[in-house]
Amino acid sequence: MYLPESREEAIVGAGRRPSVSYWRRRLVSYAGWIVVGTCFLLLAAALIDILVLVVSHGIGSLDLKLFTQATNGVSGGLLNAIEGTALVTFGSVAIAAPLGIGAGVFLAEYARGWLPRVARYLADVLVGVPSIVLGLFGYITMVVYAGWHFSLSAGCITLAMMIMPYIARSTELAMRSVSPTLRESAYALGASDRSVVMRVMLPACRRAVLTGVLVAMALSMGETAPLIYTVGWSNYVWHGQFTHEPLAYLTYVIWSFINEPFPTAHALAFAAAFLVTIFALLITVSARVMLTRMDR
Amino acid sequence: MTKPNLFRWSLGLTATVLPATLILLVAFLCIQAWPAMHFNGLHFLVHNDWNLGSQYGTPVKVNGTTILPGAHYGILFLIAGTVLSSLIALVLAVPIGVAAAVFLSEAVPGGVRDLIALFVELLASVPSVVFGLWGYVVLIPFLSHHVFPVLAGALSFIPFFAPPTYSGYGLMTSGLVLCLMVVPLITANLRESAAAIPAETREAARALGATRFEVLLRVIIPELWRPLVGVTTLALGRALGETMAVLMVSGNALGYLPQNIYSPISTMAAFIVSQLDSALQDPTGMAVASLTEIGLILLVISLLVNGAARMLLPRQA
Repeated sequence: MYLPESREEAIVGAGRRPSVSYWRRRLVSYAGWIVVGTCFLLLAAALIDILVLVVSHGIGSLDLKLFTQATNGVSGGLLNAIEGTALVTFGSVAIAAPLGIGAGVFLAEYARGWLPRVARYLADVLVGVPSIVLGLFGYITMVVYAGWHFSLSAGCITLAMMIMPYIARSTELAMRSVSPTLRESAYALGASDRSVVMRVMLPACRRAVLTGVLVAMALSMGETAPLIYTVGWSNYVWHGQFTHEPLAYLTYVIWSFINEPFPTAHALAFAAAFLVTIFALLITVSARVMLTRMDR
Repeated sequence: MTKPNLFRWSLGLTATVLPATLILLVAFLCIQAWPAMHFNGLHFLVHNDWNLGSQYGTPVKVNGTTILPGAHYGILFLIAGTVLSSLIALVLAVPIGVAAAVFLSEAVPGGVRDLIALFVELLASVPSVVFGLWGYVVLIPFLSHHVFPVLAGALSFIPFFAPPTYSGYGLMTSGLVLCLMVVPLITANLRESAAAIPAETREAARALGATRFEVLLRVIIPELWRPLVGVTTLALGRALGETMAVLMVSGNALGYLPQNIYSPISTMAAFIVSQLDSALQDPTGMAVASLTEIGLILLVISLLVNGAARMLLPRQA
C-alpha cells in the first residue's frame, strides 16, 4: 500500500507537477482560514473592548465611599444599589430554584404522556420570552392590581418567573445525563421515589444542577428591563419592607446615570457596570469550571 | 413501579408553574390590553402615530371607549424598527457566528479550545445594559465619526446606505449591538454540533485530497445546516425582544419610519420602557392599555419564534 509522504503529494498525486488549480486551491484555503480567523478575532476584540472599558473606567471610580454610602441624587455611593441588587438576585433565586429544580426533576423522572410534554416544550419556549414583557406583567399584576407598589416582592417574583423555566430546563437536562442504570439499581434496592431522587439522582448530577442555578443567578443579576417598573428606584437602603418600598439596584444606575451631565454620575455608572459585569462573568466562569471538572 | 405518592405529586405541582406562568402572562396582558385592542383595531399595526391626545382635554367617548381628545395609536414604526434591527443583527451574526464556530472547532487545538471559546461565549453573560453602555460610550462616537461617513460615501449609490448619517444612534448601531448579543448563542450551538461530527468524516474527505479548508467548506458547514436554521430562529427571538441595549443606542424615534440604515429607530421592547412613564399620565388608561397591547404582540411573536426554534433544534441547546 502506498502512503503519501506529504500533504502536497496527497493532494496532487505522487510524481506530478503541482498544477495551477492546485495552487489556486491552496490560496483559497489560506484566504479562507484568514477570513474565519478574522471573524473570531472581531468577536474576541469586542468582548475585550467591553471589558477594557468597564474595567478601566470602573477601577478609577472604585473607592470605599461606594460601599459605605447610599446614593444622594447623582453622587454619593452605591450601598443602596449593591444591597438592592443582592436582595433582588438572591430573592428571585430563592423562589425560582426550588420550583425550577422540582419541575426539572418531575419532567426528567416521571413525565410521560402529552401533558408533561407540553410542560417541557413550554419551559423551552418560556426561556425566550422577552424580559420586558415579564416586567410589564409584574407591573400590571403586582404593582397595580395587588397594590404592592414598587417593591422587593414584585421584583423578585418577576425575575423568578424569568429564571424558573431556565432552571427547570437545565435541571431536566442534567438529570437526563445521569445513567438510567443508577435509577434502576436504586429502585431495585427498594428505595422510595424520594430516596431515588434525593439520595441518588440529584447527588449524581448536583454540579450540573448547580451550574444551571448559578447561570440563572448571573442572568437575574444583570437584568434591568423587568425591574424598572417593578422595583422602581430609591436613594435609601432597604428598610425591611417587602411591599410598598421601592429599592435601588445597580443596573438602573448604569442605564440612568450615564445620561446625566455630571462626572459624579458617570463615575457611579461605571462603578456599577464594573461590579455587575465582573460578578456576572465570575459566576459564569466558575460555573463552567465546575462543569468541566465534572466531565473529567 | 411504585404507586404515585406525595413526593411525586408535589414535584408535579411545581411543574404546573410552567404552564401557569404562560397562561397568567397571556391572560393578564389580554385583560389589560383589551380596551386598546377594541379601540385601536387593525389601525394599530399599519399606522405611524403614537399620540396620547391632549393631556388637559376632557376625555371623550369614541365607539364606547373613553379616550383623551385626539389620541391615536399606531405602531408600524415600532414593527419596522424591531424587524429591521433584528434582520441586520442576523445578517451580520449568522456568517460571523458560523465562521467563529468552525474556526474554534476546526483550527483551535482541542486542549485549549474551551478556553479560547470563552472569548466569544462570555459575550453571552455580559448584561444587556452593559452592552448599551459600551454602545453609548464607545461604539456610537466611533461609528458616527469614522465608519458611517465612509460607508455612506462609498455606498451612496445603494438606496438606504446613502447619507445623511444622523448622529450615530439608530438602526445600524442597534443591529451591530444586537449582533454581538446573539452571536455567542450561534457560535456555542454550532461548536457543539461541529464537535458531534465524527472524526472519520473529516478523515475521509482529507483522504480524497481535500485541503483542511475544503473539508470545512464542503463537509463541516453543510453538516451544520440544520442546527443553524434552528439556532438562527432562536437568535431572532432573542434579538426581537432585547430591550436595554437597544433603548440606549437606537435614538428612540417616535412616529416615523427609518429613512436609511443610519436613521434613529425604536423597537417594541425599548418603547415599552421609554413610554410607560408618560403613558401613566393618561387618566383614561388608554395609553397604558396600548403599551400593554405592544407587550402582548411582542409576547405572541416571541412564543411563535421560540416555538418554531425549539421544533427545529435538537433538545440539547
